[in-house]
Amino acid sequence: MAIVAQTTKFSKIAWPVLAWMVGLLFFFPIFWMVLTSFKTDADAVKPEYLFWFKPTLDNYLNMTENYDYWRFARNSVITSVFATVFTLFVGIPAAYAMAFNPSRATKDVLMWMLSTKMLPAAAVLYPMTFLTKSLGLFDTHFLIIMVLSLINLPIVVWMLFTYFKEIPKDIIEAGKMDGVDTLGEIKEILVPLAWGGIASTALLCFIFCWNEAYWTVRLTTTEAATLSKLIEGNRAPEGLFFGRLSAVSTAAVGPIVVLGWFCQKQLVQGLTFGAVK
Amino acid sequence: MSYRNALGTVSALTLMAGVASAETSLTIAIVNNGHMINMQKVAEAYTAETGVELNWVSLEEGVLREQVTSDTATGGGQYDVINIGMQEAPIWGAAGWIEPLNFGDEYDVEDILPAIRAGLSHDGQLYAAPFYGESSMVMYRKDLTDAAGVTIADNDSWENVKAAAAAIHNPDEGVYGACLRGKPGWGDNMAFITTVVNSFGGAWFDKDYRPTIDSDEWRAAINFYVDLLGNYGPPGSEGNSFNEILALYNEGKCGMWIDATIAASFLEVDGVAYAQSPNAGNPVGANWLWAWAMAIPAGSPNAEAAADFIEWATSKEYVQAVGNHPEFGWGSVPTGQRASTYALPEFQAVADFAKAEMAAIESAAPQATDLKPYVGVQFASIPEFPEVGSAVAQEMAAALSGAKTVDEALEASQAAADAIMQEAGYY
Repeated sequence: MAIVAQTTKFSKIAWPVLAWMVGLLFFFPIFWMVLTSFKTDADAVKPEYLFWFKPTLDNYLNMTENYDYWRFARNSVITSVFATVFTLFVGIPAAYAMAFNPSRATKDVLMWMLSTKMLPAAAVLYPMTFLTKSLGLFDTHFLIIMVLSLINLPIVVWMLFTYFKEIPKDIIEAGKMDGVDTLGEIKEILVPLAWGGIASTALLCFIFCWNEAYWTVRLTTTEAATLSKLIEGNRAPEGLFFGRLSAVSTAAVGPIVVLGWFCQKQLVQGLTFGAVK
Repeated sequence: MSYRNALGTVSALTLMAGVASAETSLTIAIVNNGHMINMQKVAEAYTAETGVELNWVSLEEGVLREQVTSDTATGGGQYDVINIGMQEAPIWGAAGWIEPLNFGDEYDVEDILPAIRAGLSHDGQLYAAPFYGESSMVMYRKDLTDAAGVTIADNDSWENVKAAAAAIHNPDEGVYGACLRGKPGWGDNMAFITTVVNSFGGAWFDKDYRPTIDSDEWRAAINFYVDLLGNYGPPGSEGNSFNEILALYNEGKCGMWIDATIAASFLEVDGVAYAQSPNAGNPVGANWLWAWAMAIPAGSPNAEAAADFIEWATSKEYVQAVGNHPEFGWGSVPTGQRASTYALPEFQAVADFAKAEMAAIESAAPQATDLKPYVGVQFASIPEFPEVGSAVAQEMAAALSGAKTVDEALEASQAAADAIMQEAGYY
């Protein structure tokens, strides 16, 4: 009895402590980046100014005055929002079909979709550059939206497929019996039932789109360049200027961190959707 | 043709020319260098005067190279003007990836420092116009050398430099005798190490492009480097490059620093003195040479407008524009490219390092010699060099940190370089 009580007491203290430690470990790089962004480049590499230093906004002013931050931010918002919407627009019907009307090839199709993620991006860099230039699509929002959508489509379909599989087929069939057509089934039955899963998928898709750096750096010049390109461009030939780079990185990841913070309930709910059913 | 018709035609042509000019826009890919960032503001006057719109794309060096090569391979057109360094300019010029540059008399190409001009040319043809150039030199605290009763002369011997470092080395007071680059990278520790090797009579390759890193000259140079920096350098030197040492120097922790001449304009410590790079008997290649330049990639649809812009951006007129700009001034003018800049009294008044910098650039020798049968001082102007340099850089950092002996590091470096060169088909 005493042993059980001791174990419970231990669990009550140890698990939260462990959870906090893991949480802090994950949060530390972000904290350090934000802290460094308020240091000058010289102070950023001085050990005596690790925590105590004279904060400055110079790095942020430099970013907006010399690097046109808002143009990059606007492009990131446009491409990420439209790519997420388009991916869901294609992904929801695809996952619906595979979850509720599976064929013998469904499993293979799912595996094939996932296998496209295994292709190294660099392998198709030249064909992509050549093709997009020939079609006059290079450095356009349309191209980046399409590329981001296609990159994330396999993950989105897989996630949605998993959520949809948890919904009893009988509910969909009951709708069918009531004379609801396919579009109605998706709109009126499926989406409301799987809303948590769809929301978390959308959020993850948006995060992936926002953070994508390989194609957004290489398939743009000025018109459709996103925040990834702004960060990339701040790596100087003389080395890394940590204060400046941290400010740009903070401003680039800031919106997505804030969004994740506000949506964490939906995100966790969605990610654990299958497990709690 | 009646007077009215003639007037109409002229007006139409003028209007068309105006429209064409207003519609011309140049996309310029730049590295994130302070001078290039300043240029974006100074160039607002250029746009106002010519109507040519300028779109700037700041890229990391490696990504810039990758984008320009993929752009060229797929027919070009992505960029009209690009920043390239001295390592690529002659190679890309020879390959036809960038356009030859020919400017009018007013540009005064002869005013560009000869060593820089040679490094950016192939077969005597200029392929990239420099907006900023640098060499390396010794920057030392004269108060410390005076107090220790030692001197550092121009092109001093390495042994004297080591003796001076030992004399001013005082770690208890937080002052280290010599701060040198140790962070691995072909443009980081290898830039400095190569100049030491050169001055000891060594080179990266022989005339057949076989690596010679296992030679006695390399062994002597690396042993000297590890000894000097290991005994009289700050702790953790294998993590130090330009930025880290600059911070240390400005904190008063470095008695001596041998690095890029541009560093002199960032030093905030009083009483800094300058000397030409030391050598161990072979002064050729004891100080490095580098320039960032502007070139026109083959396939640019606006090659003519791009050439006009480069002509302006690398001209004497541009230096004046920066010097007289309310935001910048004479302390911010790009240096190391034109002799005339060093003759300007306004510049001399703010740059006590000007004479030493110009002497260092002028004495740098990038051309191939019997000892060093390739173009370049701290690099070899061949496409494989970044890969070779990066591999060797890791080994040198391992030797400095004590993870490997000098002999082990040299042996591994030779093997790595040999494999890369063989794979590239040199022999």
